[in-house]
Amino acid sequence: MEYEVVIGLETHAELSTVTKLFCGCSTQFGVEPNTQVCPVCLGMPGILPVMNRKAFEYALKLAVALSCEINRFTNFDRKSYYYPDLPKNYQISQNYYNLGVNGYMNIEVNGNVKKIRIHNVHLEEEAGKLIHPEEIGADYSLVDFNRAGVPLLEIVSHPDMRNVDEVESYMQTLRKILLYTEVSDCKMQEGSLRFEASISLREKGSDKLGNRVEIKNLNSMKSVIKAIEYETVRQGRLLDKGATIARETRLWDEVAERSEHMRSKEDAQDYRYFPEPDLLPVLIDEKWLHAIKDTIPELPLDRKQRFMEIFKLSDYDAGILIEEKALADFFEACVKILDRPKALSNWIINDLLREVKDRKLDIYNLPIKPQQLAALVEIIEKGTISSTIAKEVFSEMIQAGKAPQAIIEEKKLAQISDENLIELVINKVIANNPNVIEDYKKGKKNALAFLVGQAMKETKGKANPKVLNELLQKKVNT
Amino acid sequence: MKLLESNSLQIKKKIVSRELHSTDIVRHLFERIKNLEPDIQAYITTTEEEALKKAIEIDKKIENNQQVGLLAGIPIAIKDNICTKNISTTCASKILKDFMPPYDAFVTKRLKEEDAIIIGKTNLDEFAMGSSTENSRYKITRNPWNVEYVPGGSSGGSAAAVAADMAFMALGSDTGGSVRQPAALCGIVGVKPTYGRVSRYGLVAFGSSLDQIGTLTKNVKDAAVLLQVIAGYDPRDSTSLQVPVPDYLDNINSGVNGLRIGIPNEYFTEGLHSDVNKAIKDALKIYEKLGANIVYLSLPHTEYAVAVYYIVANAEASSNLARYDGVRYGHRTNNARGIIDMYSRTRSEGFGSEVKRRIMLGNYALSSGYYDAYYLKASKVRTLIKNDFDNAFEKIDCIICPTSPVPGFKVGERANNPLQMYLSDIYTIPANLAGIPGISIPCGFSSDGLPIGMQILGKHFEEKRLLQIAYAFEQETDFHLKKPALRVPLRQR
Ligand SMILES: [Zn+2]
Repeated sequence: MEYEVVIGLETHAELSTVTKLFCGCSTQFGVEPNTQVCPVCLGMPGILPVMNRKAFEYALKLAVALSCEINRFTNFDRKSYYYPDLPKNYQISQNYYNLGVNGYMNIEVNGNVKKIRIHNVHLEEEAGKLIHPEEIGADYSLVDFNRAGVPLLEIVSHPDMRNVDEVESYMQTLRKILLYTEVSDCKMQEGSLRFEASISLREKGSDKLGNRVEIKNLNSMKSVIKAIEYETVRQGRLLDKGATIARETRLWDEVAERSEHMRSKEDAQDYRYFPEPDLLPVLIDEKWLHAIKDTIPELPLDRKQRFMEIFKLSDYDAGILIEEKALADFFEACVKILDRPKALSNWIINDLLREVKDRKLDIYNLPIKPQQLAALVEIIEKGTISSTIAKEVFSEMIQAGKAPQAIIEEKKLAQISDENLIELVINKVIANNPNVIEDYKKGKKNALAFLVGQAMKETKGKANPKVLNELLQKKVNT
Repeated sequence: MKLLESNSLQIKKKIVSRELHSTDIVRHLFERIKNLEPDIQAYITTTEEEALKKAIEIDKKIENNQQVGLLAGIPIAIKDNICTKNISTTCASKILKDFMPPYDAFVTKRLKEEDAIIIGKTNLDEFAMGSSTENSRYKITRNPWNVEYVPGGSSGGSAAAVAADMAFMALGSDTGGSVRQPAALCGIVGVKPTYGRVSRYGLVAFGSSLDQIGTLTKNVKDAAVLLQVIAGYDPRDSTSLQVPVPDYLDNINSGVNGLRIGIPNEYFTEGLHSDVNKAIKDALKIYEKLGANIVYLSLPHTEYAVAVYYIVANAEASSNLARYDGVRYGHRTNNARGIIDMYSRTRSEGFGSEVKRRIMLGNYALSSGYYDAYYLKASKVRTLIKNDFDNAFEKIDCIICPTSPVPGFKVGERANNPLQMYLSDIYTIPANLAGIPGISIPCGFSSDGLPIGMQILGKHFEEKRLLQIAYAFEQETDFHLKKPALRVPLRQR
């Protein structure tokens, strides 16, 4: 039988606030265990949470960016479950009045735009982390509460995705929006962006949803895709045999590339949600909402469209440029200085990104300024240096962080366009290679390329290739 | 007048005027505590050494003509569910045995800032769950008026300490009457402020939407001073409100002429002890004599208050007490196999039976499928109860009613009957549900010689008016001056 896969995603994104959601502790990643804790985030007796307004605004910002309806009255709820990394044994979350509901996000797959509905966006606190000792037979675990209380955004999609390409695009687009709105740094390796998938299969053409299986422990986007592929096959096989799919939660094993049963629907925890009495409801007025709306930048897909229309970039090029907000910002800054979008985009896509990859540079903190790249392109266009030399200059610019002019002067790389100088070199080359001239005259056209090469060698590549070619043609043809 | 029988303001005056040394008072007081504690069992922890240090400091300040605080030199006891930095805070529970908070509650900090002398931490029903102070894991506090009787609860240790002159004033917490009811049973003054008037920061949570720290004092003026110190906005408690704190002593004698006193019919029904009924009726006559008018009215949803309270309070408690799991602090079982077993054993060993009962009831009320029928419905009825008060306060200025339906009950009498115990708070619970302030003052004695308390309830943030109304009565009567005849021989100055 042919099946259709129905996929929904739950995304957790840590917000990039300086302090935690309900206390003043730092959210910095990677410090000594339990050094960023206080009575509030340790759940000590008698201690009360105080909401970080900035975190709330970040959450609001994302909800607006995902076109959600904003609940003007929203509050926090306690979600109860016992786990050693959860200090109060309840998580302050949102359940009854999520701050954003009924939103959507456009994704693009093979040039087609699809709307994925967002069920809700809500704010909650992060848990700590269990550390299991490596020693064999250890009968204890340790807990690090540094992450406990970091603001966490949960974005729940409707089951609107039908294949892994859509899932991939959803994850990438959402990641970009999180980065564009600057609410999260989306560092997956630090756990600041995480996904959980729910998957069901149904007979193609049917509009009835099948039994849903949830998959947890997806630590990378690659895992999400692999887990969905695995689950699709698993469920398909079961359905082919006439079995019913059990509603369950499964854990993805990244190494074995398979999922395992974690708990069934019947064992699902009862979270006993009720309104958090220690925090007042948050009322969102028109003025506040407007101020938030004003801070939302152009979103990635809109920007891509604009790049294609205004700068006449290809779909591919525009797609790469908008991949990272910093890169798109860099590009636009360059274009503002020098109106050569195509050339600048080529430099960024081919050369800058290669350097970024080779040297593991941070796109948000590039060693090169837009003015410098614009200057380089301008110099090339003026013919001061050849494009071959330009690559060398560019590499030096990245390495030394210097302006192109300075490098060209320092290394005497300026292109030789002086016809007299070039003629001297040509004369020398011809004199040294009489056989080649003979060959050429006998009709061996590529012999000329050899002479150009020799002349370039003589000038250490600085001869203006256009001038050199013209002069050489003239010389050998007379 | 015997020194330790003085009220707080008298003592402070004597210290500030150098008539007495703060250190001498502290020494006398601890002598009395040592004498009486075996019978009264008011304290879980006493802090004689620290108290003496603080007293020396205050004496020095006065000697050097330095400015001193509002509570300079006044020895004060704190209920053991209010956090005190480096003084253990147990909540009378085994699960917090030896728990040493690294922080002060907002109110503790305020007491210290105003030069009060903290003398110890008083007994309570475990996690403030009870009305008799019998549910403590450490000791059963006795009523100084008759040690066969309970002092009320859950702030029974604080109330008994003040009533027995083992403290000049004390702090308690009131979730459903836990300040007012023991104040009534011990013949002293107890104030439960408006919800949001006093910061809950550092008060170990029981029912977060109901809890409020209150005062237990020997008279109304002392209550005014102590409330003055602890009231006010605290940014660390999101539910504390930014309402200006008036001067509570200023105009405290402005009288009750023209005051409209509401008498809710629902509070004077069968369960009310005839001695209590008579004492309240007599008190109303005094108010009428002073120029107040009595208005009979109805608070129609009163009968639901106890049920609503036990759903809301227990639901919140079940969640608030989830953190005591042995992972980070407090008691942890010695013999656990795995994490679930550790939770289960730690909590089984750590909590007493009443606490367990309430956690189970609370979890039940919040569980999926029952939430709407219990918690949600209770929240809605709570709103109706609030509305009852709002409607009433359109026609009246305050409500007067008994604090407790009975003058008292004996130790053990209700211990095995939770429902009967829960009904002890039938008159005090509605104020917590509505968030309004209430005060209990002595208004008579039962035929058995037990003190009787009268409760005055007011509008949100009208503590000042309540204190004036209470003060007017106190000026006309001497119930608050009566002292229990404690059988222990006392060495007094
Ligand atoms: Zn913290």
